[in-house]
Formats: sequence, structure tokens, C-alpha cells
Amino acid sequence: MKVLVAVKRVIDAYVKVRVKADQTGVETANVKMSMNPFDEIGVEQAVRLKEAGTASEIVAVSLGASQCQETIRTALAMGADRGILVETDAELQPLAVAKLLKAVVADEKPDIVILGKQAIDDDSNQTGQMLAALLGWAQGTFTSKLVIDDGIATCTREVDGGLETVSLKMPIVMTTDLRLNEPRYASLPNIMKAKRKPIDVKTPDELGVDIGPRISVLKVVAPAKREAGVKVADAAELVARLRDEAGVI
Amino acid sequence: MDTIEDRDAHEALILDSVDRFLERDVKPFAHELEANDTYPDEIVDKMKELGLFGATIAPEYGGLGLPATTYSKIVERVSAVWMSVSGIFNSHLIMAAAVERFGTEAQKQRYLPRFATGELRGAIALTEPDCGTDLQAIRTQARRDGDVYVVNGTKTWITNSIHGHILAVLVKTDANAEPRHKGMSLLLVEKGAGLRVGRKLEKLGYRGIDTAELLFEDCRVPAENLIGGEEGKGLRQIMSGLELGRINVAARGVGIARACLDEAVAYSQTRKTFGKPICEHQSIQIKLADMATQVEAARLLTEFAAKAYDTGRRCDMEAGMAKLFATEAALFNSLEAMRIHGAYGYSKEFNIERYYRDAPLLAIGEGTNELQRIVIARQLIKRNPV
Ligand SMILES: Cc1cc2nc3c(=O)[nH]c(=O)nc-3n(C[C@H](O)[C@H](O)[C@H](O)COP(=O)(O)OP(=O)(O)OC[C@H]3O[C@@H](n4cnc5c(N)ncnc54)[C@H](O)[C@@H]3O)c2cc1C
Repeated sequence: MKVLVAVKRVIDAYVKVRVKADQTGVETANVKMSMNPFDEIGVEQAVRLKEAGTASEIVAVSLGASQCQETIRTALAMGADRGILVETDAELQPLAVAKLLKAVVADEKPDIVILGKQAIDDDSNQTGQMLAALLGWAQGTFTSKLVIDDGIATCTREVDGGLETVSLKMPIVMTTDLRLNEPRYASLPNIMKAKRKPIDVKTPDELGVDIGPRISVLKVVAPAKREAGVKVADAAELVARLRDEAGVI
Repeated sequence: MDTIEDRDAHEALILDSVDRFLERDVKPFAHELEANDTYPDEIVDKMKELGLFGATIAPEYGGLGLPATTYSKIVERVSAVWMSVSGIFNSHLIMAAAVERFGTEAQKQRYLPRFATGELRGAIALTEPDCGTDLQAIRTQARRDGDVYVVNGTKTWITNSIHGHILAVLVKTDANAEPRHKGMSLLLVEKGAGLRVGRKLEKLGYRGIDTAELLFEDCRVPAENLIGGEEGKGLRQIMSGLELGRINVAARGVGIARACLDEAVAYSQTRKTFGKPICEHQSIQIKLADMATQVEAARLLTEFAAKAYDTGRRCDMEAGMAKLFATEAALFNSLEAMRIHGAYGYSKEFNIERYYRDAPLLAIGEGTNELQRIVIARQLIKRNPV
């Protein structure tokens, strides 16, 4: 069984993100970049499938600028076998990513494509679903547990109000939720070995995919600063203020 | 992967894994382990998995072959979280460096791969009850008897000697040699009969890691364990290993100095007196500025020494400068951080008092800072004759 796992290069989760002065986006110059945490969970899942003997090959794919190679290297160091970079400096929206991945899937013919449920930069939560639709494959989104047996994937999904378990016929698209696993950090010897694993570079043109944007961003602003709270003396004052000042009761 | 960008990207991956290891497997446990002076067995297992025990050992012997520049960045990070953890692989790697640089091929083949995995972890045993700085005055004797050496004597202050498996021991193979160093040799001694580990020493800081006394009583060591196979070279062999040792102690100093700075910068913005955060009081600002300058200068000197080491040329002067400056920076910053934290700096519930207890060792171990000044001055004169 072959696993394709998508890995996105995003601003590191611990970096304090700053909006650009002209409101066109966020500052990325000289900012630490890392693999999207949900994608790390995806790579970990793929490696566990391989360690369990369920998967035989793991291909890590990233789309974007040439620096995405570093993100692929991280996946290779964690245990992926080889990488594919679809290189472009253009900004990629979820639909373009889904189309590119569809083209990669056509070449690679994996049995399962694993993506994060969302990327922590734009929080779109769309790519996996769009890819499943484009491929016409079953989808197991927000998965917190995965069991694969005899061509059937059983995904436990984290949905509002509880857990839903679905049984899907392979091949499938799966997106990871936080509780699926705790990803390993790569050991130093594996980082050294990853140097020698191959990364194949392609372009959107070679894949024949139109990556033109369908959404235009009007402006990006920082969330409003939280004001200090107020202390109330007792329940009566609280009720009075909620009623008279906040107007919520 | 050969360009500078590739090398940097590669180093970034390594440091990232080290940071994750520290965040997940060290930070949450450091406080309690240190308070109880408990050896961190589980952390050691994780260090083996991470590959730290082979960091500087060459790839052909199963190690990672990291340059001293990358290695010192690892040590800085580890020490900023808990210095004792760095001690577990630092003296191990000094021992490994002595074997790799001066050992016979058979010794390298036999030991380095097992050093690299951490299966065999080691220590360096130089200091004795009556001498530390003046190593030529050691009294531990190794008498040749057929194909073994019979070792007698006492070593003390030996880190990793309770939980480690093997030691590089500095001995006298000829007590009457003149100059004295010509009678000194380095022996690899695996633990066993004739080698008794005495009491574990109680320490101000650097707790959790084992430092103990060793008693050699007719301890029989195979003659093939004489590093390099030739007597009389021991002092030079270990001194050369100590160049890396001093760079690593310098890196520890940078780590502690930086940790103190980071905590002081954060704390001084939240603690308020007289209606404003203390970071807005000029006397605190002066402290922060001096601390930050110490950190950057210490780091640059350490990098300078590590680069010199990586070129393979003699670098005792550079390593000495880095060791001297960076460890004094750690001492300075730990006290300043304590002042900035006020009573909380003195509290066992904060990290500052631990940094303050750990820092002084850096000025003593791996050659005291007084000795470093002597080394630096001697080299200075030697390199600049009139
Ligand atoms: C926690 C800890 C761990 C250690 N781990 C190890 C280890 O793993 N292996 C090991 O072999 N050793 C270890 N040591 C020992 C350490 O290396 C020695 O303590 C150190 O070398 C200093 O030696 P000393 O304590 O005998 O001091 P001394 O040599 O007695 O020095 C006392 C003072 O005199 C000064 N002095 C000495 N000679 C001169 C001179 N010529 N000119 C000017 N001043 C001088 C010194 O700088 C110092 O201030 C450890 C020590 C500690 C505290």
C-alpha cells in the first residue's frame, strides 16, 4: 500500500504573527517556518502505517516555493521514503492545491492521501474535501483514529458533539485531527539519512494545472486587542451590568 | 546537500529536533529530577534514540560527524534547559574524541560504534584528591604486567562514573619520567573487577548527573586498551580532547547566560513596581543591556573557537577565550537575573536559583578560569615573539 502525504510550509506555530503594514498579508520575512502541525500528524500516521507493515511506501508532497524542500526533508527525516515538490512562487489557494494534488495522485496512484484537516496559516479546512471531490474518492475528514483492514478504512471522526465512525472503501482521502497521534521528532541519524533520499521537482505547468486564484483577498487585519475585564462586586451587579450595559439579558 | 544554504537548512533540522526533545522530554521533568538529585534514566534513553551520544563521532564509526559549530549550538540549547543533561554526553564525547583522534584502528573499530549508539557511555577520569589543575602531579599508577596494566590509585569528581560503563583514565606509566608528562598515559578502562565506585558526591548544582570517587585496586586492564598503543602520550591526548571540552563548556555558559536573559526579559515586563513594569526602570534596563551583550559576545567567541576547532588546527587559545568569557557571562547573568527577579529569583520554584547554582561549576571544571588565562597568555606570547 502506498501513502501520499501532503506537507505544507507555514509560519511556525510559536511565532507571533504580524500583519503587514499595507494589510495585504502577514510578515513572512525572517520568520521561522515549519511543517504545518496537522501535516506532522499526517506524516506520523503514514510512518506508523509503514512500521505496522500496512504501508510499503510513503511519498511526501509539498507545493510552493523551493524552500518547501526543507519541509519535505523534515518528512523524510521522520520516515517518508521520497519527496515531490511542485514548485511555484505563485500564491496557492485550496482549489489550486487540490488540483495539483489530483495530478500528483494520477502519477503516483496512492491508496491513501493524508492531509491535515487545515493549515494553521489560513485555516481554510478545504483542501482535503476538494481533493476527494475532484478524485471522486471517499473521504475521512477530522480523523482521530484510523484502522485499515482488507481494503476498508475505518475512520473515527471528531464531529460536533461526539465521534462518528465511518467505513470507507479504499482509495481514500483522509484528513488528520489533533488527537490522531503525537508526532515524533526526527532522530539525528534519520536527519542524516534523509539527506540521501530523493526529492523530485515538478512545476504546475508540467502537471498541466491552472493554479490561477479564484479568491481575491481584500485586506488582512490583526484581531482586535482584548480590553481588560471589569471586576464586579456581586451577582446582582453582574446581572445589572449584563442587562443594562451589555444588553445581553 | 553541499551548499552553505543546504548545510544551514540541515543544521536547522537538527536543532529543531533537539528543541523538540528538550521541550517534550526534558523541560517538564528537569525541576523535580534536579531537586531530588535523581539520575534522568528516561531522558538518557531518549538521548540514545535522538542520537546525541554519537554527535561528533565520524560517520564511518556510526556517529553523525557533526562539526563543533553545530555541536556547540546543541550544547547551548540543552544547557539552557538543564545543564546536567549536557554533562551526560559531553564528557562521553571527549572520551570518544580521544579514541578517535589518537586510538589505534582496532580501538576505534571496537569502541566508537558502541559509543555512538550510547550502548557504552563513558567518562574522563583525570582529577585526583590531591590534584586537578596540576595534572602532571597525578599519582594513579599503571604498572605493565605481561599483556595487562595493573592500575592503583584514586580519582575523584568523575562525572558519569556511576551510570557510565567505561572511562578514559589518565595514569602514570612511569612515575619517574622527566618531564613528568612523558610518564603519563591514557587507558580505556571498562568497569569491572578492581575498579570500585566510591561515594556519590553531593554538589551545589549540576545535580541529577552522577559525580563520584573511583578506587582502583589492582585493577587489571588489557594492555591493548592503552590509547594509541604507546606510553607517554596521555597528557597530550587528553589536552587535545579538552579543546572540544572547553568549547562545550563555553557553549554551556552561553546556554545558561541566555536562559537567564530570556527569563529576565520576560519577567521584567510583567512585574510592576511604582506603577510601571520594572523593565522601564533605568537600573533594570542597564542590567538587561549588559546581560544581552554578554550573551552575544559569548556566543560569538564560542562560534569562533568552534570554527577554529573544525579546521583541525590547534585552538587552545581560542577555546580558552571562549570558555573564560562565556562561563563568566553565565555567572554574571545568573546573579543579575536573580536580582531582577527579586525574591522569586531566590525561590526554589523558579529556574533562576538553579542557573545560579549551576553556573559556578563552569568556572572550575574543564580547566579553571585562572588556568584559561594562563593558557591564553602563554599562547599569545608564543604566537607573537619579538
Ligand atoms: C561537578 C564537577 C564535576 C567534575 N567532573 C570531572 C570529571 O568528569 N573528570 C575529571 O577528571 N574531573 C572532574 N572535575 C574536576 C575538575 O576538573 C577540577 O575540579 C578542576 O580541574 C580544578 O581542579 P581542583 O579542584 O583540584 O582545583 P586546584 O587545582 O586545587 O585549584 C585550586 C585553585 O587554584 C588555582 N590554581 C591552580 N593552579 C594555578 C596556577 N598555576 N596559577 C594560578 N592559579 C592556579 C585554581 O584556578 C583554583 O582557583 C569535576 C569537578 C566538579 C566540581
